[in-house]
Amino acid sequence: MTMTSPAKVSEPGLAARSAHRAPKRASRFKPGAGQQLNGGPFAYIALAVVGIGSLLPLYWTLVAASHTQDEVLASTPPFLPGDRLFHNLDAAWNQAHLGKAIVNSVIVSGCITAATLFFCTLAGYAFAKMRFRGRNTLMTGVILTLTIPPQLSVVPLFMMMADLGWGGNLQSVIFPTLVSAFGVFFMRQYLMEALPYELIEAAKIDGANNFRIVLSVVLPVARPAMMVLGMLTFVQAWNDFFWPYLALNQQNPTLQVALGQLSASYTPDTSIVMAGALISTLPLLVVFVIFGKQIVGGIMSGAVKG
Amino acid sequence: MATSTPTRDAYAPPPRGSQRKPAPRRQNWRSRLWRFDDKASPYAYIAPFFLVFGAFGLYPLIYTGWIALHRVEMTGMNQMEWVGWENFDKILHDSEFWTAVSNTFVIGVMSTVPQLLVALGLAHLLNYKLRASTFWRTVILTPYATSVASAALVFALVFRADGGLLNWALHFIGLGDTNWANGHWTSKIAISVIVIWRWTGYNTLIYLAAMQAVPSDLYEAASLDGASRWQQFRKVTIPSLRPTILFTIVISTIGSMQLFGEPLLLEGGTLGATGGNENQYETLSVYLYNYGWNLGHLGPAAAVAWAMLALLLLIAAVNWLIGRYVRKSAV
Repeated sequence: MTMTSPAKVSEPGLAARSAHRAPKRASRFKPGAGQQLNGGPFAYIALAVVGIGSLLPLYWTLVAASHTQDEVLASTPPFLPGDRLFHNLDAAWNQAHLGKAIVNSVIVSGCITAATLFFCTLAGYAFAKMRFRGRNTLMTGVILTLTIPPQLSVVPLFMMMADLGWGGNLQSVIFPTLVSAFGVFFMRQYLMEALPYELIEAAKIDGANNFRIVLSVVLPVARPAMMVLGMLTFVQAWNDFFWPYLALNQQNPTLQVALGQLSASYTPDTSIVMAGALISTLPLLVVFVIFGKQIVGGIMSGAVKG
Repeated sequence: MATSTPTRDAYAPPPRGSQRKPAPRRQNWRSRLWRFDDKASPYAYIAPFFLVFGAFGLYPLIYTGWIALHRVEMTGMNQMEWVGWENFDKILHDSEFWTAVSNTFVIGVMSTVPQLLVALGLAHLLNYKLRASTFWRTVILTPYATSVASAALVFALVFRADGGLLNWALHFIGLGDTNWANGHWTSKIAISVIVIWRWTGYNTLIYLAAMQAVPSDLYEAASLDGASRWQQFRKVTIPSLRPTILFTIVISTIGSMQLFGEPLLLEGGTLGATGGNENQYETLSVYLYNYGWNLGHLGPAAAVAWAMLALLLLIAAVNWLIGRYVRKSAV
C-alpha cells in the first residue's frame, strides 16, 4: 500500500518551512514596535557594550588558559593569549580524565537529544492533531511539570539508581531526561500550525495507519522544528550540572562534572582549570557560530507562541 | 493540487465503494483494528513522557516525603530508620538553613530584577531596524552556550581577591581591593553577575519575539495621539508584553530556586560546599547537597527538598494573589 508520492511529501515540507518563516516576513512588511525606525548610533553603542560584555569572559577564558598560573594572577594580568595553551590543555587532559569525560558527554547528550526528538515529536503530534479523552488535562499536566525543580526528587532518585545498579553509570543521567515537557510543548505548538489536517486525512484515505502517518507525514513536516529542538536539547544536556554532579563519580564523569571536580581538587592550577573550561565550551561555541541564526530563531519562535 | 488527485485515483479505490462490497467478517476485523489504532495511538505517543516523568519525577518527588521521615545515611542506603519529624526539626532549627533560604531569596531578586530590566531594554533596542541584526542577537545569546561550570570558574577568576581581573580594574581607576567572595553582599553580587551574564540574552530574545508580535496599528494610533517614544514604550509595549513578562518572571524564579553550580564553584573546594566560610552565599541547593552528598545524611537532605517545595508553593500563591490584585485594580 503506497502512501504518498514523493512530490506529496515534499509539498508539506515546503509549506511548513514557509509557515515557519511567515512571522519574520510579516514583521518585515508590517513593522512592530520600533521596526519602522532606524536604530540610531546610541543603539549600536549600547549593543556593542553589551556584546563586549557577553564575549569578554569567553576571551578571558582563552587568555587564562594560555598562560601560566603566576602570569594570570600577576598584579597586572595578561590581555593577549600566551603560548602555553597546548601545554595547559595537555595537563587538563591528563589530570581530569577529560578524554573519557568528552566521550561520556557526547554519549549522554547524543542519547538524550535523539530520544527527546523522537518522543517529543510523537507526543507533540498527539497533543496537536489527535483527538482523545483527557487531552487538555494531560497537556496541562505536561506544562505543570515544567515548574518542578529537579532538586525536589534527587535524594530518592539517587537511591533508586543505586538499587537499579546504575549508580555512577551514564544511564542514571540519561534516563531521567529522555523526554522533556518543554520539547512536547514546543513540538505541539509548531505542529498545530505547520501540519494541516488535510494532509493527515489524505494519508488516512490512502490507507496509512497512524504510525505510518507519523513516519511519512509528521516527521518531514516537523523537521525544521526538530532541528531547533535538537540544538536546544543538546546545549542543555551538554551543560547540565546539578544531577550529573550528584549522580556520577570521579572515574566516570561528564565534562561539566570533571570540570567541577578539577576546580574542587586540593591545589587547582587556575590555568589548567581554564583550559578545561575551554575544552568544555569550545564545541558549543562552534555549534553557535554555525547555527546561531537557527538557535536564535528557535528561542524566539518558541517564545512567541508561549 | 493537480498531482495528488490522479495519484489517489490510481493507487487506491474510492473509499466508499470499498466499504460496502467485501465480505463483512473480514471488514469487521479490519475496521476494529483501525478503530483500536485510532483510539490507542494518541495514548501510546504521549506515554513515554508520562512513563519517564512518573518514574523519575513524580514517584521520587513523593518518595522524598517518605525519606524525609527516616534516618538514611549515604553509607548504607538500604537501612531506613523511622524518625518522624526529627529531620524537619533539625533543619528548621538550623540557622544555616534560614541563611540559605534568605540567600536564595536575596540572590534570586538580585539576579532576576536587573536581568529582566536589561533584557527588556535590549529587546527594545534590537527591535529597531539595525544593520546585522542577526549578528547582534547571536552575540548577546552567546553566554547561553556556556555551562554553569565554565561560567562560574571564569567569573571566580574575575572576582578573585588577589590577581582578580575586577580588582585590577578597580585598582586602575584608583579604588581599593575588595574581597568579593568573603563579603556578604559582594559575594551575592558576584553570583548574581554570573546568572545575569548567562541568562540576559535568552530573556532578551523572548521579549524581542513578543515585541515583534505587537500589531503596528497600536503604535500608529499612539503616535497619532501624540505619544512620545517613551510613552509608546510604556503605554503600548509594556502592556502588550505583560503575559511574556509574567512568563519570564515565573521561569527566572524557578531558576533562581535552583542555583547550585554558581555558588558551589565560586571558591570551590570545602568553601564551595558550605557556601563560604560564613555561608554568606550558600543557596538551598548547596545546603541540600552539603547535607546529603558532603555529610552523607540523606534524610535531612530530603527534608530540605520538601521545604523547597513548600517555598515554591508559597511563591506561587503570592504570585497568584498579586496577579489577582493587579487584575482587579486594573479594571
